[in-house]
Amino acid sequence: MDTKGLVKKSKCWWEIPPTEDMRVPAYLFASPSLVHEMDDKVREQITNVARLPGIVKAAMAMPDAHWGYGFPIGGVAAFDPDQGGIISVGGVGYDISCGVRTMLTGLTLEEVESKIETLMDALFYRVPSGVGSEGKIRLTPKKLDEVLTGGAQWAVSLGYGTPEDLEYIEENGRMPGADPKCVSDKAKKRQYRQVGTLGSGNHYLEIQYIDTIYEPEAAAAMGLKEKDIIVAIHCGSRALGHQIGTDYIQELAKAAQKYNIPIRERELVCAPIKSPEGERYFKAMACGVNCALANRQVIAHIVRQVFADIFPKAELKTLYDISHNTCKIEEHEINGVKKRLYVHRKGATRAFGPGRPELPKALQKVGQPVLIGGTMGTCSYILVGSEQGESLAWGSACHGAGRAMSRRAAKKKWKGSKVITDLAHKGIFVRTASYRGAAEEAPQAYKDVTEVVDATHEAGLARKVAKVRPLGCVKG
Amino acid sequence: MGKPVGQELYETFEHGADIGVRGYGATIEEAFSNAAKAMFSQIIVDFDQVGPEKTVDIECEGIDYESLLVAFLNELLAQADINRMVFCGFEISVSEFSIKGKAIGEKIDMSCHEPGVEVKGATFTMAKVEKKDSQWLAQCVVDV
Repeated sequence: MDTKGLVKKSKCWWEIPPTEDMRVPAYLFASPSLVHEMDDKVREQITNVARLPGIVKAAMAMPDAHWGYGFPIGGVAAFDPDQGGIISVGGVGYDISCGVRTMLTGLTLEEVESKIETLMDALFYRVPSGVGSEGKIRLTPKKLDEVLTGGAQWAVSLGYGTPEDLEYIEENGRMPGADPKCVSDKAKKRQYRQVGTLGSGNHYLEIQYIDTIYEPEAAAAMGLKEKDIIVAIHCGSRALGHQIGTDYIQELAKAAQKYNIPIRERELVCAPIKSPEGERYFKAMACGVNCALANRQVIAHIVRQVFADIFPKAELKTLYDISHNTCKIEEHEINGVKKRLYVHRKGATRAFGPGRPELPKALQKVGQPVLIGGTMGTCSYILVGSEQGESLAWGSACHGAGRAMSRRAAKKKWKGSKVITDLAHKGIFVRTASYRGAAEEAPQAYKDVTEVVDATHEAGLARKVAKVRPLGCVKG
Repeated sequence: MGKPVGQELYETFEHGADIGVRGYGATIEEAFSNAAKAMFSQIIVDFDQVGPEKTVDIECEGIDYESLLVAFLNELLAQADINRMVFCGFEISVSEFSIKGKAIGEKIDMSCHEPGVEVKGATFTMAKVEKKDSQWLAQCVVDV
């Protein structure tokens, strides 16, 4: 990115001062080298976001920001409903509530290492993944509506998991305000067979071990010990979320015209929060969030069954479940006054500090676990939210490594089968239905997640707690 | 940007995190159909092995050619999901900014195909429909 005109606020925080019709400045949270590598499109898109009505404080880009659809991926923005604030489809994205669930297993590296291939085979066999895969759960239209309003709570009520899981999921596993009447029949029809499926692309299910602990106190509160085995599930709202995005891009395009909101990019379409169109999108999006929460809950249940077969003494406990692509109603302090804001996070993770009422009791003192996925060949991180991050960026952090190379280029450069054998030599066992997908997801096609996480830590958005390394990965 | 004679009628192009799909044709219908082929060739690796066994009616609308292309590709993704199919051919007619026609393909059975990557949706990013030197081009980025 051209750094001309950027004002350096701290080591990993840059400001684009408001020009022309920008209502607020734009902030980039990144190290000098990450800013340098960032796409110029990030600058264009984040300044477009700064032009939207009712935006509060600043339009923000996280350290892993890259060119997205309307918002950059890694874009964060809060809107005040009392100041004409808007809700935007581009601020949420196509895979509504795509996120990460991490579970502790109580097992050690030593206990799992010798059985890792058996474990990966069983997970690959039991957890549906990849193009055209279907879940075991068959839903009628009425039952699907229950998923859309009930989220992970629906899944637990049917025996998929335990009530304790819910405490460790954002919104306690169920986003309020969901109305299935705002979701098209087409979106619902696409979802009947997809609950409990991983999907494909960058979605995965990983067995990881804890390699390094940076902050022992926070790690202890989260139950993280060096060489312990954990499970990470990365997936979203499947076809339902995608169809909601597609449907509402059309609907909000009309609304933006109706309410005279100038739109510089077609996917940035939006409607006032306080308008029938904006309210309908919020209710539909909440259905998408619940679908994703239910989906991860069902997959977590299958993972538990697989572990029970192979490691009878394992007890899988949910560490936390975070969502990347959302718009949520949150209370934040602005100049000493508490305000209810609609916070969009597109490819960004909520990262609340200690004391927030949204956090489970056991994590009140430490803050929220922030689960950052790396690549199948390198490492991932667990961070913790902070008060500083709340005052800087509404309590938001990065969400992953971000791609360094296009899928097309990766496919040309590597063979999927070779990527998989190379990883096996390094002791990382990948299971996938798509060799081409494995080539596209080759670890070298991604940016260095460590650099992204270090910048997040340095900027004060969230603090590093632990580095984890992969042992096995099911790729969709 | 015209397409020289004798080359593929559909192709993909670079985009940061996702994939661009592009189709060419003597008519807008051909260009749209070829863009759809470019998309399904990402979803299934051995795309040329998909047979014409079943047809599904397709109908969609836009407010201009670009939004019509995006709507068309998204409608195909939705119908592929709902009917558990993968499409290999398209018989469509474009009238102003609406499409009527059929998508042709087979029931999805990954035990006899090599799966590629699931496409979440067609997007407006780099969406372009244009006619140049009697050749149509239709393209956009798809989110994967």
